[in-house]
Amino acid sequence: MNEARNHILKRLRTVQREAPDTNALPAIAGADAETLITRFRTALEAVRGEVHRLRDGDWMGWLARELPARGVSNLLAGTGKIGHTLQTHPIPGVTLHRYDRPVEDWKDALFEHIDAGITGCRGAIAATGSLILWPGPEEPRLLSLVPPLHIVLLDAANLHADLATAIRAQGWTQGLPTNALLITGPSKTADIEQTLTWGIHGPRELVVLVLG
Amino acid sequence: MNVPGPMTALRARVREALGKAPVRRNFRAAMDGIRAKRADALPDATDFAQRRARTAAIRARALARLPELLERLEQRLEANGIRVHWAEDAAQANAIVLDLLRQAGARSVIKGKSMVSEEIGLNDVLGEAGIAVVESDLGEYIVQLAGEPPSHIVAPAIHKNRHEVATLFQAHHPQREATEDIEGLTAEARQVLRARFAQADAGISGVNFLVAETGTLVLVENEGNGRLSTSAPPLHIAITGIEKVIERLDELPPLLDLLTRSATGQPITTYVNFISGPRRADELDGPREVHLVLLDNGRARIHADPLFADTLRCIRCGACINHCPVYVQVGGHAYGSVYPGPIGALLEPQRLGLEAGGSLTSACTLCGACGDVCPVAIPLPGLINQLRAEGVEPRTDSPLPDAGRLRHRGEALLWRLWAAIYAHPRRYRWLARLLTALRRLAPRRLGAWTRWREAPRPAARDLHRLAREAGFSDE
Ligand code: SF4
Repeated sequence: MNEARNHILKRLRTVQREAPDTNALPAIAGADAETLITRFRTALEAVRGEVHRLRDGDWMGWLARELPARGVSNLLAGTGKIGHTLQTHPIPGVTLHRYDRPVEDWKDALFEHIDAGITGCRGAIAATGSLILWPGPEEPRLLSLVPPLHIVLLDAANLHADLATAIRAQGWTQGLPTNALLITGPSKTADIEQTLTWGIHGPRELVVLVLG
Repeated sequence: MNVPGPMTALRARVREALGKAPVRRNFRAAMDGIRAKRADALPDATDFAQRRARTAAIRARALARLPELLERLEQRLEANGIRVHWAEDAAQANAIVLDLLRQAGARSVIKGKSMVSEEIGLNDVLGEAGIAVVESDLGEYIVQLAGEPPSHIVAPAIHKNRHEVATLFQAHHPQREATEDIEGLTAEARQVLRARFAQADAGISGVNFLVAETGTLVLVENEGNGRLSTSAPPLHIAITGIEKVIERLDELPPLLDLLTRSATGQPITTYVNFISGPRRADELDGPREVHLVLLDNGRARIHADPLFADTLRCIRCGACINHCPVYVQVGGHAYGSVYPGPIGALLEPQRLGLEAGGSLTSACTLCGACGDVCPVAIPLPGLINQLRAEGVEPRTDSPLPDAGRLRHRGEALLWRLWAAIYAHPRRYRWLARLLTALRRLAPRRLGAWTRWREAPRPAARDLHRLAREAGFSDE
């Protein structure tokens, strides 16, 4: 369909128009770093995200207490550090599954039998309460999407004021992964009578453990 | 006088819509709610004005350099492993998608929300080819089950209430327990659609923004169906219009911010998905192939028109629709077009031609609400009014299809006559005197005018005379 391409581009080239200079626009004020965690928490809780502040090594203890209490018996983790820690410290009553093979080999089981998925993240955005995830071989895309409960470990040092700041600080233009994500709360819809309802296709619950 | 067919059809649809009291209640309630949410999310008018000056400039800049950006985008996408296809019209786009699906041997497709796919009638084409298509956005799923087109570009099933959805679900999922509760209905859809995601051979989605700098497709959504459609099946096909491209990634945050605040009053949607390539060899999930279909379908022609090119700045937030007093009364289906409301009244006549689409410009009171809320400052009321003019008194070499075709002789003659009288005080006074003298003969019925209103009756003494009597001079 190269012909279509050339026709379209030719049509578009029939006019020359002046391009406004967007660099001349006033800068948007940045946020103050002190309040980042509070802001992050407020924004995420407003969309039903659960936020817990823990000391660095305490997340395993939190999971051991909370997962059985929440009825999670099948937990899915990736092949990275988090999965490794979980494997070496099993939680009684919780079966650990590792996302270590192509999804095609076990798609039905993934969709039907997993209660919770746990991932890390690249950081978060305070202004909107958003988590930044770059899924990859160690933490595949569906790990944060298919299980009804998604637990995320966030290093408090990786909070950014807003998306623009995060994009700059993390050098997104230097190369993005095949899939990058912002996640702000559990899945939701308002398609019936504009009534907000949680957990339509993605996770019903999102829990963020802020570490450090 | 021959009233053009589309006008009669529009009137008939409007009459029908106005007769459906329950549907009108659904629209009224939904629009009131969504307007309040937007107002809460953008409380400060000065701040909004500043923000939209930026987003308007970003979109205008991208459009001014559109061919260059598209080439850059194509180059980056191909380097990232995403195949790019170009389609001049709906038929070409449909053929490309069908071809890709056939090559992959795909029999079932799960779809994320895409207005462009509605524009090209993709579902019908795939259905006829024996490929099962399931819409996965809850609203789209509901209208698909009902066999209806979406009635809103952001909230497709906004015209239905929970009871109608419950009846529909009962008919289509008879094995499931009946419920009228919104949470129950949502849970039901989740269960039914989960199986579809797991089994689908391909996913089809729209795109909100294309970033030329990084070769990235940006998708914005709340449900997670967009992520599932683009990451669970082995093949992902995205389709969108050629106008969606922006130059740099750092231009995205201000656009995203105003898009979601304008659309639903949210500071951000639950998911913002950046797709920059298919699954790599070491990855364990994601589509093995990603394709992007870039659709022209009249957009390049609009782009070349200096008067209307701003139409393409649109980021499809739906705010103009939510704030339109006509849309609130008649709903989306009355327009009979893919895109309803003010953006529909502006876009559809340009896309389909004034003969087929021009009647939509009459579904506008020129109140200006749409122009006030548009996050990219498209002067909608002014442009809609210009389109009306193009129908009857076009610019010389107007590129609009059917420009001037809505002119009709009787009307033109009447206006000329009026102009001849109104421009001369003496003639005007003479006419006023004549009308007041003959006021008892004024007809009680004046065709369309008196269908909903009373016939005007000249007063016993005209305004000029009253003014003179009160001591004002004509000078
Ligand atoms: S015209 Fe403006 S307000 Fe209407 S959908 Fe497009 S961007 Fe939104």
